Amino acid sequence: MIKEIHENLKNGKITSLDLTKNYFENIKKKDGEILAYLTLDEEGALKKAQEVDDKIKKGEEIDLLAGIPMAVKDNMCVKGTRTTAASKILDNYIAPYDATAIKRIKKSDAVMLGKTNMDEFAMGASTETSAYQITKNPLDTSRVPGGSSGGSAAAVAGDMAVYALGSDTGGSIRQPASFCGLVGLKPTYGRVSRHGLMAMASSFDQIGPIAHNAEDAAIVLSRIAGRDKKDATTAQSGGKFYENFLQGTVKGMKIGVPKEYFGSELNEEIRKISFAALEKFKAMGAELVELEIPHNEYALPIYYILVPSEVSSNMARFDGIRYGLSVDDGEQSKIGGGTLLETYLDSREIGFGDEVKRRIMLGTYALSAGYYDAYYKKAQKVRRLLRQDFEKAFEKVDVIFSPTAPEVAFKIGEKILDPLQMYLSDIYTITANLIGAPAISFPIGKLNKDGVDLPVGGQLMGKWFGEEELLNAVYTFEKN
Amino acid sequence: MLKKEDIIHIAELARIGLKEDEIEKYQRELSLILDYFKKLDTVDTDNIEPIGHITGINSVLREDVSQASDDDVKDGIVKNFPQTVNNKVKVKSVL
Repeated sequence: MIKEIHENLKNGKITSLDLTKNYFENIKKKDGEILAYLTLDEEGALKKAQEVDDKIKKGEEIDLLAGIPMAVKDNMCVKGTRTTAASKILDNYIAPYDATAIKRIKKSDAVMLGKTNMDEFAMGASTETSAYQITKNPLDTSRVPGGSSGGSAAAVAGDMAVYALGSDTGGSIRQPASFCGLVGLKPTYGRVSRHGLMAMASSFDQIGPIAHNAEDAAIVLSRIAGRDKKDATTAQSGGKFYENFLQGTVKGMKIGVPKEYFGSELNEEIRKISFAALEKFKAMGAELVELEIPHNEYALPIYYILVPSEVSSNMARFDGIRYGLSVDDGEQSKIGGGTLLETYLDSREIGFGDEVKRRIMLGTYALSAGYYDAYYKKAQKVRRLLRQDFEKAFEKVDVIFSPTAPEVAFKIGEKILDPLQMYLSDIYTITANLIGAPAISFPIGKLNKDGVDLPVGGQLMGKWFGEEELLNAVYTFEKN
Repeated sequence: MLKKEDIIHIAELARIGLKEDEIEKYQRELSLILDYFKKLDTVDTDNIEPIGHITGINSVLREDVSQASDDDVKDGIVKNFPQTVNNKVKVKSVL
């Protein structure tokens, strides 16, 4: 899709200005119901589109992403733009600088339409924990778009952006891509800079693309990847032009199929669609290899110890002093006197939503005196064992296949009151974040629910810094 | 099950104001999740080092020199302060 639009822009069939206006018309028509966007920047977008048209007219070389309308999840800083992470505590926050990924996408002359809705501070799997609005799945508006990057996925699926940036801490790019019938890529930890991404769990977070197909995802990743001095965890090796690695063949590729991922608890229909996808890969020349991941059953408990622990530490910066909501009017006063402590307690009580508070409480408990060894340290040890399982597995195979989620898009309201059920939505996606490996979600079939065909996502997990292999596998799957 | 005092203590450490009816909710929800964590007790982790950086990067250093921000970035940061005095953030007395 991106390449085709790029060609049409270059040969004058369309202009970026018309294209951008079309997207805003579509947003005005649809987003009153879908609610994918939190903030729109029509003025800035039209200005950028005009700039790109001028460059084309002058015969200047333009990048593949130049003039193409896109959307950004609202936890990435875009200079001069309201950036809330869908939290009331940042209701009035205007980002003073660009995140590195944004700086890079701007260098490509991308046209940013606006900022998309998400679960508050990316904590959730349905976009229902947003403090502002509940985004609907464009394919069935009684259902969630997934989360936490649900606004980004809904914008792309609803033709309200050509592609979008999301962030993924435990599946927040891949699960919404799966629920909305799109391709979503979580890069290797350290592939894309996290500078300017509002931190949720710093040893897990990665920015990545949500797009219509593997080629578009590859083009976007190439632009945002690479070393950044402002994120010491970025890899020394730079990125690549991933779109040049799409060979269209998977002959000889070894696909690992862990038996733990296809246990009896998996929905029968999703199992069938998954095995059909594997058969298709086999027919294309790939080899299937059965695998065992002995520590897989511990992934969810490790994840839900470590992530809240990092959350509780990262959320400490929201104190009502340096930015965001500051409650010091004394009206909430319980301890009286308008003290500093009172400002902390009141600002955070009123500014944070339920799920954020729950995770801060859980993480604070896990890190508190007397419990650190039993929870955090223990979890970091088992995390090493889990990584070792995958190091061994990747000696035998090139990629590992699973469903992206144990279900298709669920109904709005179905899980929001049961935190543990909501956490189980992430069962297949959290592992890639726990071990730092890249993973991609892509459509592998459809499941009919209440008369609507809902997309089912498959996931390929790859070797560390092996994004090109994942993108090529999905590209080849799409072409066959 | 976590005790009422545990929840009050955690909320204090976390600097989150609590309403009376939230205490019981947290007792229930956190206890349920903590029970789920017990699964880890069965894993033998003797002689296993806790993992540090997941892709193996160690201590990234740079020269200890300050770098000035652009004026518009500085202005942007100051504008986000809830209360300012002469372009500086105003903080309540600590003592």
